[in-house]
Amino acid sequence: MYSEIVMDHFRNPRNVGHMEKPDGVGQVGNPKCGDIMKIYLKIKDDIIEDVKFETFGCGSAIASSSIATELIKGKSIHEAVELTNKAVVEALGGLPPVKVHCSVLAEQAVKSALYDYAKKANKVIKGLENYKPEDDEIHCQH
Amino acid sequence: MSRKLYLDNAATTRVKKEVIDEMRQYFDILYGNPSSQLYELGRKSKEAIEKARKTLADFLNAEEKEIYFTASGTESDNWALKGVAFANLNKGKNHIITTKIEHHAILHTCEYLEKFGIETTYLDVDRYGLIDIEQLKESIRPETILISVMFANNEIGTIQPIEEIGKIAKDHGILFHVDAVQALGGIRIDVNKLHIDLMSMSAHKIGGPKGIGGMYIRKGTRIDNFIHGGGQERGRRAGTEGVQNIVGFGKAVEIAARDFDKHVERLTVLRNRLIDGIKNNIPDVVLNGHPTQRLPNNVNFSYKFVEGESILLLLDMEGISASSGSACTSGSLDPSHVLLATGLDHGTAHGSIRFTLSEELTEEDIDYTVETMKKIITRLRAMSPIKNDEDLHKN
Repeated sequence: MYSEIVMDHFRNPRNVGHMEKPDGVGQVGNPKCGDIMKIYLKIKDDIIEDVKFETFGCGSAIASSSIATELIKGKSIHEAVELTNKAVVEALGGLPPVKVHCSVLAEQAVKSALYDYAKKANKVIKGLENYKPEDDEIHCQH
Repeated sequence: MSRKLYLDNAATTRVKKEVIDEMRQYFDILYGNPSSQLYELGRKSKEAIEKARKTLADFLNAEEKEIYFTASGTESDNWALKGVAFANLNKGKNHIITTKIEHHAILHTCEYLEKFGIETTYLDVDRYGLIDIEQLKESIRPETILISVMFANNEIGTIQPIEEIGKIAKDHGILFHVDAVQALGGIRIDVNKLHIDLMSMSAHKIGGPKGIGGMYIRKGTRIDNFIHGGGQERGRRAGTEGVQNIVGFGKAVEIAARDFDKHVERLTVLRNRLIDGIKNNIPDVVLNGHPTQRLPNNVNFSYKFVEGESILLLLDMEGISASSGSACTSGSLDPSHVLLATGLDHGTAHGSIRFTLSEELTEEDIDYTVETMKKIITRLRAMSPIKNDEDLHKN
């Protein structure tokens, strides 16, 4: 049911774990829906130097988080904010239709962490000017 | 490491070798149509069906003419509900009582019957999955035609007080249907002692083939036909009989009857070992279902702070097949309706895993399962942003 890439990221998730003193942290989803993603960012000179994730969810939720961290690690915050769920799905070699919401959650988790960073560092990230984390509260879009 | 453990015997079971041996000749040697009574090949098929029918009847303390063969447990459930509802529709009897934890074959059929003005009351269950007898009594109306309660639940294994329910139905002159698909072979069933009027069964849950179900209908029960056509099954269920499947069903029941005590005793030992092993080795788990009033092969726990599909994928990598009540495994929005009905919160319900055992397993297999689960749960919890009950109950 899952692609080889999804299974690889599920079996061997990249950048998994907790981060001490992150510069930005974002959490999206809720236990009711069965998916929660938390992204931690370490940022220096607008570059994402390190990223970690913690995820409660199904195989595709874990794989989506894992690949999202790979896609933004080493990138500038301005590049990272451009990450779309479509890019996550493509990088995973596709997701079953009922699992596409996992990639949406990954995109939102990254945005939410960047928003937290921008707020704390008093910066403006283009594309996040009107971002409100609560708008990303998804309602179990399985 | 190359261990392959099938722990999903409530989904289906391996067909027993004795069953296959018995079925074999009905494919290519005794392949006659049982309706062709004028030559021997047809008569042999008919005899084989009647032999299986007698085996089922004896096992349930029923009469042979009260046993009918269908294509599945689902068809039997459909027949029972629609057949009784339609046969009594113009008599002002338009109310059914069932429970919130029935199989979808019951729940979706009740939903469909609403179109015809049939109302259904869905009884609540307590945290163990048991119905409340008082609520049942209060739900009875003059227009109640049928009470339908599953004998034992497919997900959490809870066994309902069927005899007590049957007595109440009988005292009120209401028909009593029991979905016994999971109970057959694991619990002794005497349809007379339990006051059952209609009962659904399935072969593939007890080592028989898929595609064959059974239905007990107490003689004199007012019920419409469901499948219309030829005169098979004494004019009650049309369609050429799946002779080889009926033979297989009969053989599976014969074995179930023969080995009953030994079978239940063995499964109970394995079940308790797995329950104790998980409880004693993995923290923050919740046993779903009743601690003792449960099927001898059912083990269902919720593992807090982790999600069921991830557990299943990791189990599969370790050679273990199981199932989950998580929404992610069903493609639906919500986790299992059964777990939610027992009052479990969504977050905890998403982390449920059901193991259903067979006699093929050894104590060593059970211990391997416990060890594997411990490893998997530890691994997934390390990855989870939910670390405690407070996190779990946010939102």
